[in-house]
Amino acid sequence: MKARVYVTLKGGVLDPQGKAIHHALEGLGFAGVNDVRAGKMIELDLADGTSDADIDAMCSKLLANTVIENYRIEKLG
Amino acid sequence: MKSAVIVFPGSNCDRDMASAIELVSGHKPAMVWHRDTELPEGVDLIALPGGFSYGDYLRSGAMASRSPVMEAVGRAAQRGAYVLAVCNGFQVATESGLLPGALMRNAGIHFVCRDVALTVENTQSAFTNHYTKNERIIVPVAHHDGNYFADDATLDRLEGEGRVAFRYAEAVNGSARNIAGILSENGRVLGMMPHPERAVEAAHGNTDGRRVFEGLVEALMAVA
Repeated sequence: MKARVYVTLKGGVLDPQGKAIHHALEGLGFAGVNDVRAGKMIELDLADGTSDADIDAMCSKLLANTVIENYRIEKLG
Repeated sequence: MKSAVIVFPGSNCDRDMASAIELVSGHKPAMVWHRDTELPEGVDLIALPGGFSYGDYLRSGAMASRSPVMEAVGRAAQRGAYVLAVCNGFQVATESGLLPGALMRNAGIHFVCRDVALTVENTQSAFTNHYTKNERIIVPVAHHDGNYFADDATLDRLEGEGRVAFRYAEAVNGSARNIAGILSENGRVLGMMPHPERAVEAAHGNTDGRRVFEGLVEALMAVA
């Protein structure tokens, strides 16, 4: 089974990479981009039966730094 | 005194750190590999050096902070050992929970590599008691992820408890309240982005970092 973990910066935490991407999009002439926030997606290939609690622990112990980041788990079945 | 410098794959200031400790204390630190699960018996000073441990994969310091040796470092810190965490070491210290907050990408996005002016805010700790309060010192920085972040309640607590050790005298990387270095609750863990070990001898052109080591050595010699 596979799961995807989306790690994003918490609201209010400055995102310099998102700002740089925003700036580059404007440089390419795309108007109307209000804001850009960059995050990351981590795909896990897991043994069948891996518990939700285990996946959640993987996120809170390593994949995300919960001081600055939120995470969302998407199970792909 | 007995000291150890932790070496992670990708550490690159480990030898500078060892050389600074030896220069000031006269004792050669043990170099401890990240896979080790124990520190040498009786170690009372541990240095987490600068560099790019694990290529900064995932987040700076994230992988290193989960290394086997960090459990031993945590235990040593709990029993009151001193920990000097510089640059990548500071990132490892926050990732492992030895110090609060997080170090994020510099607000200006660029890697910053230059001498910066700091003000000494706390002169009560072993790391800082050889400086005078509000003294301005010059220490080099070299980092991409030095933008200190913590929520307002944590920042207020750090300030209220006098745990801000050093502040940038100028904006360098977007750090909250210009924080350059912080202390743990017991004052025995110092995390700082600037590199005091790169300013300890005449050949460095600047010795403003040397007193961090002198204060530590004095505190540790008094115990021994």
